[in-house]
Amino acid sequence: MPSVVVKNITKKYTQSKKEQPIIALQNISFEVEKGEIFGIVGPDGAGKTSLFRILTTLLIAEQGSATVDGYDVVKDYKSIRQRVGYMPGKFSLYQDLSVEENLNFFATIFHTTVEKNYDLIKDIYSQIEPFKKRRAGKLSGGMKQKLALSCALIHRPSVLFLDEPTTGVDAVSRKEFWEMLKRLKQEGITILVSTPYMDEASLCDRVALIQNGKIMAIDKPNSINQNFGKKLWAVRANNMFGVLKTLKSWQEVFSCYSFGENYHVVMKDDDNANAMAIHDYLFKCGYREIEIQLIDANIEDSFMALMHTENEK
Amino acid sequence: MKALKFLLQKEFRQIFRNPAILRMIFIMPIIQLMVIPMAADYEVKNVNIAVADHDHSVSSQQLIQKIAASRYFRLINYSNSYQQAIKYIESDKADIVLEIPLHFERDIVKENYSKLFLSVNAVNGMKGNLGAAYLQNIIHDYNDILRLKWIQLPKISAQPFIETVVINRFNTLLNYKIFMAPGVMVTLLTLVGSFLTALNIVKEKEVGTIEQINVTPIRKYHFILGKLIPFWILGLIVLSVSLLIIRIVYNVHPAGNIFNLYLFAAIYLLAVLGLGLLISTYADTQQQAMLISFFLLMIFIMLGGLFTPIDSMPYWVQKITWWLNPVSYFIEVVRMVVLKGSGLADIKNHILIILGFAIFFNSWAIINYRKTS
Repeated sequence: MPSVVVKNITKKYTQSKKEQPIIALQNISFEVEKGEIFGIVGPDGAGKTSLFRILTTLLIAEQGSATVDGYDVVKDYKSIRQRVGYMPGKFSLYQDLSVEENLNFFATIFHTTVEKNYDLIKDIYSQIEPFKKRRAGKLSGGMKQKLALSCALIHRPSVLFLDEPTTGVDAVSRKEFWEMLKRLKQEGITILVSTPYMDEASLCDRVALIQNGKIMAIDKPNSINQNFGKKLWAVRANNMFGVLKTLKSWQEVFSCYSFGENYHVVMKDDDNANAMAIHDYLFKCGYREIEIQLIDANIEDSFMALMHTENEK
Repeated sequence: MKALKFLLQKEFRQIFRNPAILRMIFIMPIIQLMVIPMAADYEVKNVNIAVADHDHSVSSQQLIQKIAASRYFRLINYSNSYQQAIKYIESDKADIVLEIPLHFERDIVKENYSKLFLSVNAVNGMKGNLGAAYLQNIIHDYNDILRLKWIQLPKISAQPFIETVVINRFNTLLNYKIFMAPGVMVTLLTLVGSFLTALNIVKEKEVGTIEQINVTPIRKYHFILGKLIPFWILGLIVLSVSLLIIRIVYNVHPAGNIFNLYLFAAIYLLAVLGLGLLISTYADTQQQAMLISFFLLMIFIMLGGLFTPIDSMPYWVQKITWWLNPVSYFIEVVRMVVLKGSGLADIKNHILIILGFAIFFNSWAIINYRKTS
């Protein structure tokens, strides 16, 4: 049985009677298997937090239904609150209580003790244990995040919801964090994680790409990349700024955007496209030191392509 | 039950770690109780008087001396021109001008009749009004002395004469501090009960911790009780501190049973805590909660009979006060118990009404408080 089932969820926010309601989620459906790391990847304002708030029973959707662990998010909200862990995007533990007190507090309100589930959080908590007498508000960003994860795990939840857990966290801590998630997965915990960072998508078992409240694709990160279906060229030259303008105004180009040190380019006539044609065109326009490479698409390329087609519609 | 115990433990920990709350609980009552009753005095003192004396007689001198000797008046100018005296009112240096006409003494002796003229600065209505009344009393007194001096009264007075004797019951010396201090205590309790509770809950909303709490199996009433009980206890502590200050500073020993006061305060706190809870369900930020509480408290205190008697308010304001203002009931009860020594039977109705307020505010708040949005 899937751990999380979402069926045709729609959520609107009504600002005032005169204005059009803002549609946060539009007819969203997906399933998450037990013990899976499921990533929800999308830019700010895509509807990630609304989706999490619906699944953690904090928000009620206008249409559609959802179950978590087999319980309905509206009818059986009490059972769900017993068995899910939620880590909101904003640090929301008691800043004026110490690390230890926060953990004890959350253990007690779930009718359990820190000792009983210590093995589950040991890897994470042991890193902040030296500071257990310190007030939570005085911790560094990475430590706060570890404490929040410990508190969300202390009752051994079957499903864990992490809303942008790595936003504002340094690169090393981010890497550590994903390793922790992999270990939790081995414990059989289903993990739903949202992130605006495309590079983190490849660390999930499956991802849903979400934009403007709509899911554009759901698949394994590799399959999404394979479905890119077009040749992707990485282009560089001496005058980078000029190249972007030139390529964008060239009729043959389907899409062009900057990616790291290069521009990623997709041609309209994909089947007959070749590096020489692009090279010749740029050379003709007066650019030198031109380098063109055929590369594999990554999640960000897929996202850009999907966004492009969505907009075309 | 265990969850509630832990919620309370957490709440108290946070309160004792917050120096601002502790200061508010102990230092605020001390300062307010020391300053407000001293300053908020209905007695008008230091009325500035300018005298324009055209007579310069022994009688006029005696009258002026009598006025200046009173502790209510300060003679700031003595001249022989009304124009000069009225300038003092115009420049706000004097509150009253007393004009003594030419031939004041001669007329009393010869005609048995003389006039004085008072000009009162009515910008500060209360001061002018009461000052003039006091002055008239003094002049009246002086008049009696003159009569005794000039006229030999017959054994049996030709005119009927009524003498009044006044006894101030329950506050023999009409000491306004005794009257004000218990009232100030009520505003303090209201402040702790509604203000602090509302701010505390809204803070959890603002910081986002309420989000985290909402996804836990904590029950709604556990969370609410966890918030109300600590402030209920704090309220009773503030009451005890205030009673102690009133006793030490003003030497007021409550005439009635102090237990009755605590009983009423315990129920009253339930009502204001409910109000605080209600405010918190409507406010999203601490700033909003502050402004709503401030607005309500202002109205409650101004219309609560602390400074001006409710009976002299317009009829419709009185209606509003009796229907919507819990503060007015507590102010009345405190004065009844502390000054008059009223017992349980006397405040029974007040207790029932406040119980009604408590049920009303709390149910409204609980209906409006939701864990889901």
